[in-house]
Amino acid sequence: MQTHLTVVLSKTAFFAALSTPLAWLVWQIAIEIEAPTTALGADPGEAIVHFLGVWALRFLLLAFAISPIQKLMQQPVVGRLRRMAGLYAFAYALLHLAAYLFFFLEFEWEALLEDFVKRTFITVGLVALICLTPLAVTSTLGWQRRLRRNWKRVHLLVYPAIAFALIHLYWLTRDGFAEVVLYSVFFLFLVGFRWVKR
Amino acid sequence: MLIKKPAKIPTSELTSETAFINRRSFLKKQAILGSGLWGAGLLGSAQAGLQPDDSLTPENVVTSYNNFYEFGTGKGDPVQYAHEMNTDPWTVKVSGEANKTGRYAFEDVVKGLDVEERIYRFRCVEAWSMVVPWNGVALRDILRQFEPKTSAKFVEFKTLVRPSEMRGQRAVFQSIDWPYTEGLRLDEAYHPLAIMALGVYGKDLPNQNGAPWRLMVPWKYGFKSVKSIVGIHFTSKQPRNSWNVLAPHEYGFYANVNPAVSHPRWSQASERRLPSSVFNPNRRPTLPFNGYAEEVAGLYEGMDLAKFY
Repeated sequence: MQTHLTVVLSKTAFFAALSTPLAWLVWQIAIEIEAPTTALGADPGEAIVHFLGVWALRFLLLAFAISPIQKLMQQPVVGRLRRMAGLYAFAYALLHLAAYLFFFLEFEWEALLEDFVKRTFITVGLVALICLTPLAVTSTLGWQRRLRRNWKRVHLLVYPAIAFALIHLYWLTRDGFAEVVLYSVFFLFLVGFRWVKR
Repeated sequence: MLIKKPAKIPTSELTSETAFINRRSFLKKQAILGSGLWGAGLLGSAQAGLQPDDSLTPENVVTSYNNFYEFGTGKGDPVQYAHEMNTDPWTVKVSGEANKTGRYAFEDVVKGLDVEERIYRFRCVEAWSMVVPWNGVALRDILRQFEPKTSAKFVEFKTLVRPSEMRGQRAVFQSIDWPYTEGLRLDEAYHPLAIMALGVYGKDLPNQNGAPWRLMVPWKYGFKSVKSIVGIHFTSKQPRNSWNVLAPHEYGFYANVNPAVSHPRWSQASERRLPSSVFNPNRRPTLPFNGYAEEVAGLYEGMDLAKFY
């Protein structure tokens, strides 16, 4: 019972933490509606697209960090949070795509096709999202049981998903590479940790 | 004035009330404007290129949403940190193929020159745009003071390098090789639409917009219009410009606004007119030469603009 309570409490706290950026964004949008340009600036669409993308990547890295953290802390409860982090990362990524489609393309599908073909940073961004999709779909216990050992293999897609997301960020950065370098070093550190502790 | 084009929009729709009220401080300080210059006469000539649905971008947006990497790569960084830059005194070094070279005080360079209001469309390569009322001096009037030699075919401009006051220049993992450098062909620089802006919205240029003076070439992407200039160099060879050095396949020397030449990062076919809103990205088609084709296309006759982007 004690363990169950711990799980419920940690999940609730984690749920709240993962929802915070989105709640903050909704709040900023509400301010924008009342008083344009005061919360998200002169180009709120760009700000929203960027914000959602950055948090998708951060939560993806968080989900990726959970197994090592679990190993270090010896707390099985930590492992139960991984799915939530991953699903949140996927949700932010989907919203990121939706915001880009609305604010940058106004749902002109030809423009999307052009971006997909001509702008490689868009291509790799979409590829990252495509890699994440089966992970989100097969995240349930039912799918874990059905896929058995293959579930782990399917979920190796998290590696290319993060790698493509980092390349996406790197290619869209004009200058000021500190942020993408920081995330990449963190990712490589986690990969190294797995490799050593395998 | 060479820019002869009938006004498409009534003046009342173009110059906001604030601009009229605020002009006083600017006028006093510069003390070089004739009293009638602000009126409809000059505004009419300054309206080349403006489209019927263009309206002024609010002053707070113009002065708070900036690309000025010397202060950081975020759009809000310049307004937050540019006050750390000291612009007084300001010295300009003139060098190269000209008779009058050397170091000049900024005030001496602009003294006696006519400051005009120019309402220009401003198009950033990042696919956003504004409409800005600059107060500026014809670039050619500035450059001709230094008596460029006939061997001078290009002019190069450099931004201040002062890491102690420009935190972007102290940042790690940034790759621009300071000073930020831009250039123009001399005939482009002499075009009457090219100005050196000393003010915006009737006030002295705020630091984040490139105080005390910045280039403003309205038919080119914004990165061409170099800010806080301390160096003017006349040369016979085409200078290399900072973004071209960093990513030659993305940024050319000419940087003319051209919806037909797409960019690896942004489709240049359309732009978001700022301020946009959470309901409306305010997208509109991008015009060749940013709407100034009639005035400037002649400069590039016979050139393959897809090659010289």
